[in-house]
Amino acid sequence: MTDFRTPRSRAQGLGSAKHGVGHFIAQRATAVALVPLVLWAVFSALKLAASDYQGAVLWTQQPLNAVLLVLLLAVGFYHMRLGMQVIVEDYVETHLNRLAVLLLNTFVCAGVGVLAIFSILKVAFSGGAY
Amino acid sequence: MVQLTLPKNSKIGKGRHFLAPQDAKTVKTFRIYRYDPESGLNPRWDTYDVAVDQCGPMVLDALIHIKNTMDPTLAFRRSCREGVCGSCAMNIGGRNTLACTHGWEEIPGKECQISPLPNQPVVKDLIPDLTIFYAQYASIEPWLHTETPEPQKEWRQSPEDREKLDGLYECILCACCSTSCPSYWWNGEKYLGPAALLHAYRWLIDSRDEAKGERLDDLEDPFKLYRCHTIMNCAQVCPKGLNPAKAIAEIKKMMVERVA
Repeated sequence: MTDFRTPRSRAQGLGSAKHGVGHFIAQRATAVALVPLVLWAVFSALKLAASDYQGAVLWTQQPLNAVLLVLLLAVGFYHMRLGMQVIVEDYVETHLNRLAVLLLNTFVCAGVGVLAIFSILKVAFSGGAY
Repeated sequence: MVQLTLPKNSKIGKGRHFLAPQDAKTVKTFRIYRYDPESGLNPRWDTYDVAVDQCGPMVLDALIHIKNTMDPTLAFRRSCREGVCGSCAMNIGGRNTLACTHGWEEIPGKECQISPLPNQPVVKDLIPDLTIFYAQYASIEPWLHTETPEPQKEWRQSPEDREKLDGLYECILCACCSTSCPSYWWNGEKYLGPAALLHAYRWLIDSRDEAKGERLDDLEDPFKLYRCHTIMNCAQVCPKGLNPAKAIAEIKKMMVERVA
């Protein structure tokens, strides 16, 4: 089929989506939040390496640790979803494929994120496998 | 869905070899991409041993020498031969630049490979089809937008405000930047590309322009603007030494300033 669209029509496409700045800000805001959260997580992991299972459970049950863990996971998975979205938009070509992969991205990030947060809360509230 | 083989006409074969004349003192070899879509044949690399002592110092001089004395079928664009018109933009030694301002001595090694600007349809040999590139430039409406009635004389601008256009107005639309950008390769029709965005910024910061809001509205799009991931190829290759990546970053800052 010959494409008789004018170059200008092709360049303009469907016009501007008039969004994108929200994504841009959210990605940077979560990146900033992740700097202290990840530093804290690495520091805590090193500290916990020396303790046994019960020590780790007790550590997780402390409110500050539980809250920071939930924040780390929530912010981390949200940041991952935003970042993966950009990669998919870059490399997945056709519109339907792109939609499908973007949907999968959201489902996986939300699913795994909620599962991880639930696990933290379960340990924090019910004390792990005891 | 997934393309595992190269598209038709992407495989480049071995072409002809043109030898330098007997009396040549200094010889430089140019490997040049040759393709004529109307021939139905695949592209090929033709090799030219050029007596560079008989031509000028720039790659364009060598190309003109080849066309005049060795192979008149070689097709390329050129006009001003001094880096003002942007016609002779091509990929020289793996880097987009202007043939007229790039000396053949600057290319390391004995051989110099020349191909058209990457990822654009080829009209013939070193001539790319830049139709979409120009249409994208037109789509940012590169002229002054005003609401205020036209003044009696000119629209006035302070020297300080005029200075803000330095580093932007010099762009000659040679397309070296946009065609060197991987984001533009992957989403060339939806992403405006560094050149069009540099011009969009040139009008956004023009103190005389009265359509900043509309201009930002038209740019705020995951593809038109936000495909730029600061890869910086644009700034690296710009033959005029401009920095489109910085202009794009400034547009992104304006977007944030508008909402926060």
